[in-house]
Amino acid sequence: MDRKVVFKQRLLPYLLLAPQLLITIVFFFWPAGQAVWFAFLRQDAFGIRTTFVGFENFAELLADPLYLETIRNTAVFCIGVTAIALSVALLLAVLADRQIRGAGGYRILLIWPYAIAPAVAAVLWIFLFHPQIGLIGRALNGAGIAWDYKLNGDQAMLMVILASAWKQVSYNFIFFLAGLQSIPKSVLEAAAIDGARSVRRFWTITFPLLSPTTFFLLVVNLVYAFFDTFGVIDALTKGGPAKATETLIYRAYVDGRVNLDLGMSSAQSVVLMLVVILLTAIQFRFIERRVHY
Amino acid sequence: MATLELSAIRKSFGPVEVLHGVDLAVADGEMIVIVGASGCGKSTLLRIAAGLEIPSQGRVRIAGRDVTALEPADRDIAMVFQNYALYPHMSVAQNMGYGLKIRGLPRAEIDRRVREAAALLGIEALLDRRPRQLSGGQRQRVAMGRAIVREPKLFLFDEPLSNLDAKLRVQMRAEIRRLQRRLGVTSLFVTHDQVEAMTLGDRLVVMHQGHAAQVATPMEIWAKPADTYVAGFIGSPAMNFLKGRLTEGGRAVALEAGPTIRFADGPRPGPEGLPLTIGIRPEHVRAEAGGLALTLTLDLVEPLGSEAVLHGRLPNGEALVVKLAGPGPRDGTLPVALPAEALHVFVAEGGRRLDPAGG
Ligand SMILES: Nc1ncnc2c1ncn2[C@@H]1O[C@H](COP(=O)(O)OP(=O)(O)O)[C@@H](O)[C@H]1O
Ligand SMILES: [Mg+2]
Repeated sequence: MDRKVVFKQRLLPYLLLAPQLLITIVFFFWPAGQAVWFAFLRQDAFGIRTTFVGFENFAELLADPLYLETIRNTAVFCIGVTAIALSVALLLAVLADRQIRGAGGYRILLIWPYAIAPAVAAVLWIFLFHPQIGLIGRALNGAGIAWDYKLNGDQAMLMVILASAWKQVSYNFIFFLAGLQSIPKSVLEAAAIDGARSVRRFWTITFPLLSPTTFFLLVVNLVYAFFDTFGVIDALTKGGPAKATETLIYRAYVDGRVNLDLGMSSAQSVVLMLVVILLTAIQFRFIERRVHY
Repeated sequence: MATLELSAIRKSFGPVEVLHGVDLAVADGEMIVIVGASGCGKSTLLRIAAGLEIPSQGRVRIAGRDVTALEPADRDIAMVFQNYALYPHMSVAQNMGYGLKIRGLPRAEIDRRVREAAALLGIEALLDRRPRQLSGGQRQRVAMGRAIVREPKLFLFDEPLSNLDAKLRVQMRAEIRRLQRRLGVTSLFVTHDQVEAMTLGDRLVVMHQGHAAQVATPMEIWAKPADTYVAGFIGSPAMNFLKGRLTEGGRAVALEAGPTIRFADGPRPGPEGLPLTIGIRPEHVRAEAGGLALTLTLDLVEPLGSEAVLHGRLPNGEALVVKLAGPGPRDGTLPVALPAEALHVFVAEGGRRLDPAGG
């Protein structure tokens, strides 16, 4: 159902759009354009002379073994965060859907983590997992497991994955729950009568019918893990120990703001931009093609 | 094929009891129609038979086995839902074969049975389509097909025709009846439509506010309704009800509208002056002048071609509907007579049928 509004004056729609366009241009297209431009420049150590170097920054970037290591970290991190955030949220949504079809008050509780600032979330996780002062950290060490995410790279990665996933679970939960509740009850009942027990019903009916939601969340979570987890990583590990938790976005920040290598940082930003464009393209393509039951 | 037995079924949702002790025994191969107004508990009763709801009290037996505590999966039943409840992400063939696949039948056997059922229902051409590519009538057939491929002990239908247009509904009604006879599967069919009920059922259960008001064959229910609710629910236009009192030692009724009519089938038990409700179907009222005739003042005439339905008022203000063959008068007044043999006698309080003593 298309509902079209027809404006009498030609100018009005553009005037209405202008503020939004202006904000987008000033705060997005302009800096993005700058980043692309910087990616082809190189500054000397004192920031006095700037030369155009073509694709040299990119070539250097891709030849850097540390950058390839960062890509690997990012892949582990993104897959970890997305897998955990999606599966935990789905599990919770299924349990909630079963118990409280229709009721709504509990949702507030579950949406909380989403509303918490990354730094606050990180502090919370430090309180839990700090080897000396954290509840769980101390318990782990007490149980004979050498737990110190500030020394052990794998443990640090686990920790940032968990903390980042935790923040995203509530968002996913809301969507999964809405998706579950939009599946007609009678379809599940028909499956029950056809002889399917609950686990089978879930995998042959519920899960396939949920797939548009799952796919949407998959892309959203990947984007989140890629770009929105900077705060959590910065507050928890600062990319360490020994760059074990440095993701692409974190490294772009470190190179640009800490090492002041604007050219390299911009080249990395351009790579990231390409990733966003790719993810968005995939999403649009599939969402258009995808059947909505 | 099997019997179904519901005994003393009660069901509450929270503090509200919606079924107040329903008993029903369905014979092997029988088609029972549960009919009643919306909200009276028909679907709930059916869902209890299916195992989708658990009764608060009472037992469900299928083929003699107590299945009250069993999941739907363990009851070997099939159900057709009002909204069809097809699996939207599966093709028609997959929809029909789903239950068989779960039972672990070999692929070839599933295929054979699906094709057979599809042929029976005339939907072979649709097997590769998705439900959303089908019309209402086609979805209805697929839902039927999904039920019959399973060869279950019991068919349950919850208003499966109410989403179809009038013409298709009549057609599918006949088809369901033929199919059920042919397969001989014990069936429970829920509807709010009395015509559907009368034409489909071997026996009807007329439900009223969580009770089974009457369980009998369609003709019995039409000829001898157990109470004023059933009397008013079955038959179209609905039965007329007139106020009266028992008189002449139970042999006659003194109508408030005037005449005293002697019962044709014998005296009723009860004290002199007992308030009665007298029922008479519109098609049984005769338009004739004579000794016991009443004057009907018409206020609405509905010509239906071969017959006419006349709405009017008796001298004491009671409403009366008359159905006559032919076009009937336009307006004015009409002398009408109430034949004694067509009267239904109910006790005014509670509305129970009052039959002749010993009869
Ligand atoms: N799951 C439920 N929770 C609460 N009340 C229900 C539920 N299912 C049915 N009811 C109530 O039980 C009564 C009977 O419903 P139902 O059996 O669906 O009626 P029918 O099928 O005859 O229209 C209705 O008043 C309905 O509101
Ligand atoms: Mg119903």
